Amino acid sequence: MASTTQLPVPPVTRQTASPRPRTKGPGRFRPNLLGGLGGWVWLAIIILPIYYVVVTSLKNQAGFFTSNPMLPPTEPTLDNYKLVLENDFAMYFFNSLVVTLGSVIPALLISFMAAYAIVRGKSRFLSWTNSLFLLGLAIPLHATIIPIYWMITRAHLYDTLLALILPSIAFAIPISVLILSNFMRDVPNELFESMRLDGCSDWAMMWRLALPMTRPAVVTVGIYNALGVWNGFLFPLILTQSPATRVLPLSLWTFQGEFSVNIPAVLASVVLATLPLLVIYVVARRQLLSGLTAGFSK
Amino acid sequence: MSTTTSSPRRARDKGPSGWLAAPALVFFLVFAIIPLIGVVALSFTRWDGLGEIQVDGFSSWKTVLTDPVTGNALWVTAKIMFFSFIVQAPISLLLGVFTAGGQKYRAALAVLYFIPLLLSSAAVAIAYKALLDPNFGLGPGLGLPFLAQDWLGNSDLVLFVVVFVIAWQFVPFHTLIYQGGVRQIPASFYEAAQIDGAGRVQQFLHITLPQLKYTIITSSTLMVVGSLAYFDLVFVLTGGGPGYTTRLLPLHMYLTGFKANDMGAASALGVILVVIGLGLALLLQRLGGRNRNASQLEGA
Repeated sequence: MASTTQLPVPPVTRQTASPRPRTKGPGRFRPNLLGGLGGWVWLAIIILPIYYVVVTSLKNQAGFFTSNPMLPPTEPTLDNYKLVLENDFAMYFFNSLVVTLGSVIPALLISFMAAYAIVRGKSRFLSWTNSLFLLGLAIPLHATIIPIYWMITRAHLYDTLLALILPSIAFAIPISVLILSNFMRDVPNELFESMRLDGCSDWAMMWRLALPMTRPAVVTVGIYNALGVWNGFLFPLILTQSPATRVLPLSLWTFQGEFSVNIPAVLASVVLATLPLLVIYVVARRQLLSGLTAGFSK
Repeated sequence: MSTTTSSPRRARDKGPSGWLAAPALVFFLVFAIIPLIGVVALSFTRWDGLGEIQVDGFSSWKTVLTDPVTGNALWVTAKIMFFSFIVQAPISLLLGVFTAGGQKYRAALAVLYFIPLLLSSAAVAIAYKALLDPNFGLGPGLGLPFLAQDWLGNSDLVLFVVVFVIAWQFVPFHTLIYQGGVRQIPASFYEAAQIDGAGRVQQFLHITLPQLKYTIITSSTLMVVGSLAYFDLVFVLTGGGPGYTTRLLPLHMYLTGFKANDMGAASALGVILVVIGLGLALLLQRLGGRNRNASQLEGA
């Protein structure tokens, strides 16, 4: 995924109830040979590069230059992984974690509050705010990196993790507010009114009614933003410099510069950087994928 | 903060305070709207990124608009946008329909299809740099001589390599969108069509495609506007080269600002990028036939 930011307005499903599982679909009544063939071809396109990266990362330098690139190593080695781990991988990983959690959690919180106010509120100020966020979806926000660089240097935040966190929060807001408010509109008004009659404040209704009712959207937004920030490259490239503030995607790039002759080690760093997300994918695949579709598909 | 409407039902409930939206609004104003104004302002200055900013009239704009590299960057961007769309849209649509089918093997394939979603552009670009190596990559590995080319050094091929790698990374996301869209089509539509004796192709053309109209608009908008953001992938994969063959607009902006230290010209390029993005978003909204907000409100 490119980034969390320059997404235009996607139509979002209004269904918050569980989607009807479809047991019958196109191609159920007799095997679709052509479709199946295409499916396997695409699998090869996806898997071959991944296979190559993993296999090569297990080769030693000599093995890389002499053996067939697509065959598994005759003497598999984990030395490349050791080299990557010895080169401050843990620190970069930790930096990525801080930046991701530090931007996604606040972004979710303030976007949720804004979405609640926009959906439930009636003031002109709120509809104006909403239009501003919608505008943010149509603009490639990355075009504003130069003023952001200027602001961050002026605020003496250059080369800190906060320099990555602050704009990441801001860039996550438009899509988050859009998806959250689309789901919030489906919460029946009567529920709010009955809570209001019981004397609940907006603050209480937000957390005790709106939040539980929009959980799928919150998950979607959280996953989408987390992927974007975790994999983000442009902000770290422009707003940080020293190894102490380096995040994983940038570390891959600098590692590639330092060890350009040692391709197996470079690819081991690619595998290691992807591994945390892959583990999450294996464990929580269903939530991850259904979370993503819940927010984006009609 | 909130003004009540005249509706008597709502008169009691004034709705939440606008202050709830304030934190998000402040963040967005400070780190998105002010920079947006700033990029316009900076395009009328001279700044090397370190020293003082000097007001400089239209000289940055003159530099940018007379520089043939700008025109080239626009052309490269347009080409990548066009070919990315032509390649990604049909593949994503077909794969979305394919993976939405109930068969077990399709579900299993889909698990693997979505792996590229997890990878950073930097990781994808680095992996492909190694993979496309004419001596130690895929070509010699599979024993296919035509795959053993200097893919990233050949200025006739490199653009298509970039389009391919972009598709490899982003088709999974669009497949996911289409899969979700197809799953929302009621099964009864297909059952009725089968009773009427419609074949697979007819069902696809007369049920699936029309029902996916808004999914197609969403996905296409994301694809087209998103192609203005293929910065990191191209930066790591080719650095814009060889020559200027893959130096697309965002990359040209970055290199002008942070490598050639001409922030004024880079800001002017940023303004061009914003205008193109806005223009495309508006155009696609028009093509969509009606206001996208309205379509959301009306729902599925």
